[in-house]
Amino acid sequence: MDYSEKVMDHFANPRNCRAMENPDGVGEVGNPTCGDLMTIYIKVDDGIISDISFQTFGCGAAIATSSMITELAVGKTLDEALAISRNDVAEELDGLPPIKMHCSNLAADGLQAAIENYYETHQS
Amino acid sequence: MYLDNSATTKINDEVLKEMMPYLKEDFGNPSTLYSLGRESKKALEESRQRIATSINAKKDEIIFTSGGSESDNLAIKGIAFKLRKKGNHIITSEIEHPAVKETLFFLESLDFKVTYLPVYENGIIKIEDLKQAITPDTILISIMHANNEIGTLQPIEEIGKIAHENGIIFHTDAVQSFGKVKIDVEKQNIDLLSVSSHKINGPKGVGALYIKKGIRLVPLIHGGGQERGIRSGTENVAGIVGFGKATEMAYLKLDEHAEKLSQIRDEIIEKVLGRIPESYLNGDAHERLPNVVNFRFKAIEGESLILLLDSKGYQTSTGSACSSKTLEASPVLTALGLDPVDVHGSLRISLAPENDDFDIDDFVDSIAQSVERLRKMSPLWNKDIDYDAVVGRK
Repeated sequence: MDYSEKVMDHFANPRNCRAMENPDGVGEVGNPTCGDLMTIYIKVDDGIISDISFQTFGCGAAIATSSMITELAVGKTLDEALAISRNDVAEELDGLPPIKMHCSNLAADGLQAAIENYYETHQS
Repeated sequence: MYLDNSATTKINDEVLKEMMPYLKEDFGNPSTLYSLGRESKKALEESRQRIATSINAKKDEIIFTSGGSESDNLAIKGIAFKLRKKGNHIITSEIEHPAVKETLFFLESLDFKVTYLPVYENGIIKIEDLKQAITPDTILISIMHANNEIGTLQPIEEIGKIAHENGIIFHTDAVQSFGKVKIDVEKQNIDLLSVSSHKINGPKGVGALYIKKGIRLVPLIHGGGQERGIRSGTENVAGIVGFGKATEMAYLKLDEHAEKLSQIRDEIIEKVLGRIPESYLNGDAHERLPNVVNFRFKAIEGESLILLLDSKGYQTSTGSACSSKTLEASPVLTALGLDPVDVHGSLRISLAPENDDFDIDDFVDSIAQSVERLRKMSPLWNKDIDYDAVVGRK
């Protein structure tokens, strides 16, 4: 697979790869049958993502995009974080092989799911 | 360490040396009459003899092709088109190489009927299923000798016997088994057999089809009538010479290599299964090639495993969808009845004679560490482990 150096770095040295105790929001996306399953955990303080981590079952691209989104989202407001797109993640990684753009580039969806889960559980 | 020899192999130095004159000064066309051409013709026929000898065939039963895929296409389409008035039914297995499977899909579009025999958890067809599938319209049985992903061997001698009892032609794709285990086309009741050069330390782009004397088929490539009119086109002389040499070398030391590689194979299997929890061997434990192992590991994805092993210096392969061009999980592993999630966690290790001396413990360590690392990242494995602490960042 033709991965960029940045993808390989995030794959080989994933940032914030751990389960989180007592997260404020959890998003799970993907389907293990297709080979990708991603869980994103967030902690929220005063509307800002103060901590974020992930666990991923998947290919090199799935792991690298998960790792990258934790770097992109930490310290951002929830609105700013919601605005991070799949393309933003791919660009920050200096691109992904075309075949991976759809199936393994799930991290933005995972973050959005975690933020939605936060709103559902904290604003009633 | 290159451990993906089912994909392709490194060309042997002696093979390359034997080829070189035919890429340079001995460039003659084997169909010409002057001495330069006669030299090429002679080299061609020597290679033909070497390949024939290795499978107990006669020299004029060997047709050179561009490789295993062409041999499979020629055998299957060639018989189907030749015998379509006699019948339109072909029997195969669920785990054939795409060169067979896609050829049969194509024939189905031309109104041929194909029965795909199931394989069971061990990756082997049942003879009873084969007997049941035969109809008065069956003209061809095409079942591979060794599978390219899991290395399991089909009972071809028995399949051929049943084919002949029913007046049916038997083709076997022996691309993976040729040069690894003994093949005897007479004893094993084989009518058509596909082989390839680059799987046995020969050059790419050359293969052969054994066609038993008396069997006629329709050519795919029409032209100047080379290869007894069955495969026109000026022969790839240097490639064929290399193929002949590679064949001879593989067969001279077949027993020695098979013994050594199966020892290494068994040591890898024993150590991996003993050390890594939730690890399994894919395919039958005994009826397999000496040089191929296929594992699956729970809760991890194969492409990631391949990348980690590559970073540790080991080149291997996987049946995971994420590493395939089509993003489809391996149809072979799926046919074994495995859960789709487990198919993603597969690892194929395929050895060649030059792998006779490597540090198996270091290799098994590398697999175990990589699997453990990926499991710690996987939401499917254990949710309670802190990965950062494990890799020492905390």
